[in-house]
Amino acid sequence: MALAGRTGMWWARLRSRCPAAAPICLPPGLPAGPVAWERPYSSRGKEKLDMSTYPVESIRNFSIIAHVDHGKSTLADRLLEITGTIAKTECNKQVLDKLQVERERGITVKAQSASLFYNHEGVNYLLNLIDTPGHVDFSYEVSRSLSACQGVILVVDANEGIQAQTVANFYLAFEAQLAIIPVINKIDLKNADPGRVEKQIEKLFDIPIEECIRISAKKGTNVEKVLQKVIEKIPPPQCNTADPLKALVFDSTFDHYRGVVANIALFGGEIQKGHKIVSAHTKKRYEVNEVGILTPNEQPTHKLYAGQVGYLIAGMKDVTEAQIGDTLFLYKQPVEPLPGFKSAKPMVFAGMYPVDQTEYNNLKSALERLTLNDSSVTVHRDSSLALGAGWRLGFLGLLHMEVFNQRLEQEYNISVILTAPTVPYKAVLSSAKLIKEYGKAEITIINPAQFPDKFSVSEYLEPTVLGTIVTPHEYIGKIITLCQDRRAVQKDMVYIDEHRVMLKYLFPLNEIVVDFYDALKSLSSGYASFDYEDAGYQAADLIKMDILLNGNPVEELATVIHNDKAYATGKFLCERLKDTIPRQLFEIAIQAAVGKKIIARETLKAYRKNVVAKCYGGDITRRMKLLKRQAEGKKLMRKIGNVEVPRDAFIRVLKRQTDK
Amino acid sequence: GAPCPQWPYCRKRCSYCNFNKYVVRAVDEAAVRSCLAREARTLLRLSQVQSVTSVFFGGGTPSLASPRTIAAVLEAIAGAAHLPSGAEVTLEANPSSASTPCLAGFKAAGVNRLSIGVQSLDDAELRLLGREHTAAEARGAVEAARGLFPGRTSIDLLFGLPGQSQDTWAQGLEAALGLCDDHISLYQLTLERGTALAAQVWGGTLPTPPQDLLADMYQTARATLVAAGFRHYEVSNFARKGALSTHNLSYWRAEQYIGVGPGAHGRFVPWGEGGRSREARVQTLEPDAWMQEVQSRGHGTRRRVVLSPLEQLEEVLALGLRTDEGITRERWGRFSPHLSLEAAFGVPGEAKDLEQQGWLVLDGSGLRCTREGLGLLDSLLPALLCQLQRH
Repeated sequence: MALAGRTGMWWARLRSRCPAAAPICLPPGLPAGPVAWERPYSSRGKEKLDMSTYPVESIRNFSIIAHVDHGKSTLADRLLEITGTIAKTECNKQVLDKLQVERERGITVKAQSASLFYNHEGVNYLLNLIDTPGHVDFSYEVSRSLSACQGVILVVDANEGIQAQTVANFYLAFEAQLAIIPVINKIDLKNADPGRVEKQIEKLFDIPIEECIRISAKKGTNVEKVLQKVIEKIPPPQCNTADPLKALVFDSTFDHYRGVVANIALFGGEIQKGHKIVSAHTKKRYEVNEVGILTPNEQPTHKLYAGQVGYLIAGMKDVTEAQIGDTLFLYKQPVEPLPGFKSAKPMVFAGMYPVDQTEYNNLKSALERLTLNDSSVTVHRDSSLALGAGWRLGFLGLLHMEVFNQRLEQEYNISVILTAPTVPYKAVLSSAKLIKEYGKAEITIINPAQFPDKFSVSEYLEPTVLGTIVTPHEYIGKIITLCQDRRAVQKDMVYIDEHRVMLKYLFPLNEIVVDFYDALKSLSSGYASFDYEDAGYQAADLIKMDILLNGNPVEELATVIHNDKAYATGKFLCERLKDTIPRQLFEIAIQAAVGKKIIARETLKAYRKNVVAKCYGGDITRRMKLLKRQAEGKKLMRKIGNVEVPRDAFIRVLKRQTDK
Repeated sequence: GAPCPQWPYCRKRCSYCNFNKYVVRAVDEAAVRSCLAREARTLLRLSQVQSVTSVFFGGGTPSLASPRTIAAVLEAIAGAAHLPSGAEVTLEANPSSASTPCLAGFKAAGVNRLSIGVQSLDDAELRLLGREHTAAEARGAVEAARGLFPGRTSIDLLFGLPGQSQDTWAQGLEAALGLCDDHISLYQLTLERGTALAAQVWGGTLPTPPQDLLADMYQTARATLVAAGFRHYEVSNFARKGALSTHNLSYWRAEQYIGVGPGAHGRFVPWGEGGRSREARVQTLEPDAWMQEVQSRGHGTRRRVVLSPLEQLEEVLALGLRTDEGITRERWGRFSPHLSLEAAFGVPGEAKDLEQQGWLVLDGSGLRCTREGLGLLDSLLPALLCQLQRH
């Protein structure tokens, strides 16, 4: 699979929208409209804002959702400018995307929020824009953000039309029963065809054509109209300041000086410094140190009131104390907790090892720091005889894994060996002994070494995803073949207009984790888009495949795969090993085996001649250096029986293939 | 002690050679001559070598030097140490600078053995190698040499050239057998970084010889030469009627040798300046700089590294196993008075494993490769070094 920015990346196009280190320009001016306070973006600690002038009726909480690159962040920049939240300058590009990787890839990883103040028909409104991540890998984060909203702006590119993520995002909002404002962006582009896109929206989402707003976020065309629609169409939150405090934690970040900063949405009551609060989830008690709104930088306020969205600092030391979906209430005034969110379940696992074991501690501390802000990554210590000490990490999806890895490299300057991703399989045990041993009848298998054999299992299960593909119709044939090769089952096929088709397939997750996107992109000349969502587990004919060197199994190369794929995968692994293990003094049989059955074999022939031709006075020093280096290398090799396998060979076989 | 004076100049650059050599328009031969002689004197004095066992004029192309230069260097050597009349004095010669009168001059200067860089007896192959001579010239040179140095003429041949087949190699070998005297060196072509030939092969314009073919060529050559009465006494060297190269044997037996001239390497104990340990020495590479140093301080030694006892043993091992006699117990004992060959390699470990696999023999006379093991020596050595380093 290619990294973003190389060819064939479906979720992001690497292009520099703004230099990575571009400053966020803070404006010197005043906000539009008469407001109750003087300087909404004054630096922290000066005058605190009084938020009581914004009753529930004047509040709108909303998100912008879009397929990657359809202009979500650009629209957010314009909304921030129009409302005077930030000054209108040339460098407002992805203001809410703070991470370097976000700016580089043109995606949003961490949701960021901003409160906008807007006067409409004589009324001062507080519009809370809750930015969402740009990909369904982060559907967990998207759903967090959406649960604090009453409506969304659905942005679709006037040229590209509805894409896979547009569909996925629409359904997330639709299922959350949010008001949806369809916006067709980039109408200034030469090939823009907003009429066609409107028809797609009507056909697929059942939204009347007249409701679509045609805009150019880049030029600012009709953006004001979007704001008006937000006020008209999105209902204010339904809650009351007189009720007891009920605050939803929908995101959290970690600040090295102040601890956890929790983003909260108030579903009732009010909150201020000094309040004693309790977490419904952990039952821990805290005293509030600071509350405020995000503009988009933190701006302290005296209080936050029902319906408002802001941040809270209350002496929490660890992001796990501010669990996403948790409800906060006042000490001795418990409330019914808000319905919990889907908790983040890792869908993709990969081993992570330092390139050099002396880097272990640096990598460890970088991982700790990075996971402080990303509680959705699971980390378990792991070690491999070939790769040394490392970790097994669980990610929400592939983009999540890519982004995490890129952040490690960029923010901590550490390069790692990331092994090919695997998915969590399950087994339903039938053996009473094993059930007793595990204390349950259904187990999750992450490490192939734990794979129980079929005699003690009634059924193996594999994770599946519902994939959405949107493509120009000329590629349908090839795409259907590709999906069938990946064991996918077609669930739906709809023409969204005369030229574009939306396909839905149920995929085994492991079939898309390695190179599906590249394949899809290359056979559709880059035009097909893809997205997926969790679709639970299904029964699967799974087997454990061992790799043998002269009959001895290589522990770290064992894999769990579907029976149908055993032959092809076995052959591939054997071939790759043949290319990476150096010739030795004897012949080496490289075999893939399922149980006792050999399903693939390659033979690495023995060296027949290996001796330097000339060795006289002048060459000896150089020769000895080389020999000693080889002797040192020999000590580091992993011995499988009598076969010596260099670490490099393991790396080249296990490593995620980032280029072809 | 075995001095090996280097003549660093060539007339032309061969496509495969990465030696320290210089192609210049005019050589100030008198200056080079006096410097070679002076450095030989200085270093011999430093080494306190009493008697010289052999002298080897290498290069470069030492046959481009005049006999007068060769004579002057030999005179200097004889002046600084005893040079027995029977000591082997070899000169490397190119067929293009080996006419009978020329060779007669070298003989008169004191040379008594010739090593001729024939490389191939096929004109197309010679062109590929960038050699100056033709096959016919090579034949002429060898015949002239045999006339003057009967029983003491050696030829060098290369195999494993890009595009060379087993058949053409076998034919070349037959032709060489018909021409040669009692010593042949057969070198598998090594592609060296920075050479024109390597660039062509790695760049894809010339084919890479397959590993199996190279092994077959080597086996064929061994069988053919042994059948013709030659003893395969070192990885790449064959001799009959006892015509082994004394000088080269001294390298493989880890004896003392004294490098003289630009870029020359040496291994000796500098007793003359109070040294007690064997040193690895390299002379300054660039001829003009080397000459200045010799003129100002008598020698152009650029680097001296004292070899630790372990390093010396590693060299004894890596070099000695290249020969058919291997490492004798006596020689090992000279470098390792405390750890016997038996104690180092007769115990369970890598050497025993390799012995069981049929690549090595450790017996009463010493440690050596089997016939099969010799061609795989570079795969055996790292394991043996690991075992040695544990002691």
